[in-house]
Amino acid sequence: MVTTPLLPSDYLDLVSPLRAGADLRGRIEAVHPETGDAATIVIRPGRGWRGHTAGQYVRIGVDVDGVRLWRAYSLTSPTNRQDGRVTITVKAIPDGKVSNHLVRRAKPGTLIQLDQPTGDFVLPQAKPAKVLYLTAGSGITPVMGMLRDTEFDDVVMVHSAPQAQDVIFRNELHDLVADKKLRLTELHTDTDGVLDITRLAELVPDWAERETWACGPAGLLDAAEKHWSEHGVQERLHTERFRPGIVVAGDGGEVTFSATGKTVDADGATPLLDVGEEAGVLMPSGCRMGICFGCVTPLKAGAVRDLRTGEITEAEPGVLIQTCVSAAAGPCDIER
Amino acid sequence: MTAIDPTAHLTAEQIEELGRELDAIRDEVIADRGEKDAAYIRKVISAQRKLELVSRGVLLFSIFPPAWLIGTAGLSVAKIMDNMEIGHNILHGQWDWMRDPKIHSTTWEWDHVSPSEQWKHSHNELHHTYTNVIGKDNDLGYGIMRVDEDQRWHPFHLGQPLWNFLNACFFEYGIAAYDLELGKNLRKRRRKNPEFRARAKAVGRKIRKQVLKDYVIHPLLSGPSFLPTLAATFTANLVRNIWTHSVIMCGHFPEGVQVFERRSIKGETRGQWYLRQMMGSANISGSKAMHFMTGNLSHQIEHHLFPDLPSNRYAEVAVKVRALFEKYELEYVTGPLPKQVFSAWHKVFRLSLPNKKPKVKTPDREQELVAA
Repeated sequence: MVTTPLLPSDYLDLVSPLRAGADLRGRIEAVHPETGDAATIVIRPGRGWRGHTAGQYVRIGVDVDGVRLWRAYSLTSPTNRQDGRVTITVKAIPDGKVSNHLVRRAKPGTLIQLDQPTGDFVLPQAKPAKVLYLTAGSGITPVMGMLRDTEFDDVVMVHSAPQAQDVIFRNELHDLVADKKLRLTELHTDTDGVLDITRLAELVPDWAERETWACGPAGLLDAAEKHWSEHGVQERLHTERFRPGIVVAGDGGEVTFSATGKTVDADGATPLLDVGEEAGVLMPSGCRMGICFGCVTPLKAGAVRDLRTGEITEAEPGVLIQTCVSAAAGPCDIER
Repeated sequence: MTAIDPTAHLTAEQIEELGRELDAIRDEVIADRGEKDAAYIRKVISAQRKLELVSRGVLLFSIFPPAWLIGTAGLSVAKIMDNMEIGHNILHGQWDWMRDPKIHSTTWEWDHVSPSEQWKHSHNELHHTYTNVIGKDNDLGYGIMRVDEDQRWHPFHLGQPLWNFLNACFFEYGIAAYDLELGKNLRKRRRKNPEFRARAKAVGRKIRKQVLKDYVIHPLLSGPSFLPTLAATFTANLVRNIWTHSVIMCGHFPEGVQVFERRSIKGETRGQWYLRQMMGSANISGSKAMHFMTGNLSHQIEHHLFPDLPSNRYAEVAVKVRALFEKYELEYVTGPLPKQVFSAWHKVFRLSLPNKKPKVKTPDREQELVAA
């Protein structure tokens, strides 16, 4: 009542955005380069942070060019870090808006949005006798969180990267090897070629006896899943996939109105508002020319094209589209 | 609808070309929209909140006249910022592209007795789509005033200078009543319409909250400064109301602004829609501070052409828009605030009296469209 129509928290956010009870946020405190295109971001999470388990990931919301974008990154810090900070390690992927921003432009002091950590790519309570980490590229990040967190008696890692200088955490891995805490096989795919999973036994003869955590490109994980199940040991393999679905923007597609359960085909030129009304879906509408924002509706999946600018918008949590000036750019799901 | 159509010299092709040129201006801003703009609105929101906090803090001691003056002035400015540069523009979806759920047209609520949802319907949807179309755009005189010679005169209009003055003092209530279409809905039968009742309840809730905050809780918190604080919040609301009313009157009422007949917008093209916005709006000239305090509605013409572009961009857009006005030999109605306010009030007074029907009838736009 004292602050209507705002909430007291709107004012408290001005002075203490990381306090207990605030929406969960974090502050970037440092950015450490790891390789030419990867960096570790040190984040002080807000008081509401519940802590993570090694191997889990966190979704973060970063403002890139003024637009809030959400991505998931593995936590690479151990769970018992004394200073309360956590780290994520990000590899800049070509055309990756968020990853390039974090690696090359993020500044200490910046506030970011956080979700609680999540994911079931984690170590079991009971320590397995033998462990294999099978990783490639930035797939090493959740595994690094595990390596830093829990010591095992017998750990082997097979890691692939294009060249030696592309190996994220290379120095730390070699230190672990020197301390005899890790046996490491480093494959450089530019010279050695991509790992042929059927020849894994040459590198790790007892692979089938090892509890295995694998993370990397889909090709590697598909091959691993096939290989493990062919040998009847699939229960020993744990995999983590980044970005399961990649949206390919096309021209028109199948539109699902998930709240009403209707699905119709739409072309790439008809506004989704018309498509919905044609299908008998109750669509909110207004000016029908993109100025009044009376028709905004959540885009749950897929991609749409702005008929005025041609701009593509992909589904992400919290993305709303103006249905009167947006057309399907491939299959999409509209919450109506 | 004025005696001479000021756009009569334009061909249909020229109007469409004008539309394309305006689209290009819009696209340029959108392509360039980014971090700086986001930082701008965040800074304004944060400044508004701090100003309001400090002002209300000062008012706790408003028993001392200097504290009363400073606190009242600060709170008035904070309330104006909340309604104008922040509320109006966020509710237009100008900042939706940031995807920040806290600064979004679907979640924003303002310090105003009309709930955002209702205001967005009557303002964004009706007023901005049907700008200055008599019978469709009730912002023309808010249904209580006669603002064009062609509107039928009624003895009720004799009092319109007084209605307008009262509307200015209690503008937020006027807007709430207007968004509710109170006049129409209070007639028999409509009163019981459940949708109307729900909306009226929502307005009631907002009024109750604002009254409690401004006229009960904060004065009580001030203890011995109860009465001065009460007077201060009342004054701040009054100042905000008169200021916003004045700014908004300048947007469409000054002399030189065109109004349109209902049938003239049938089958309107994008170019014609743009042209109507250009001819139906008026600007206020002045300093940066003036533009800021009007919520950049001093760039009413640009706002009506591009209601969803971030308000901090209107100033740069205005240069290009004005060049188009010159190119197409159209009148860009603008002037300093006192002049525009006087002009609008002059019209209110003039049209409170009956007038003769204009002798020269405008050629019918609809027929022109058919011919084109």
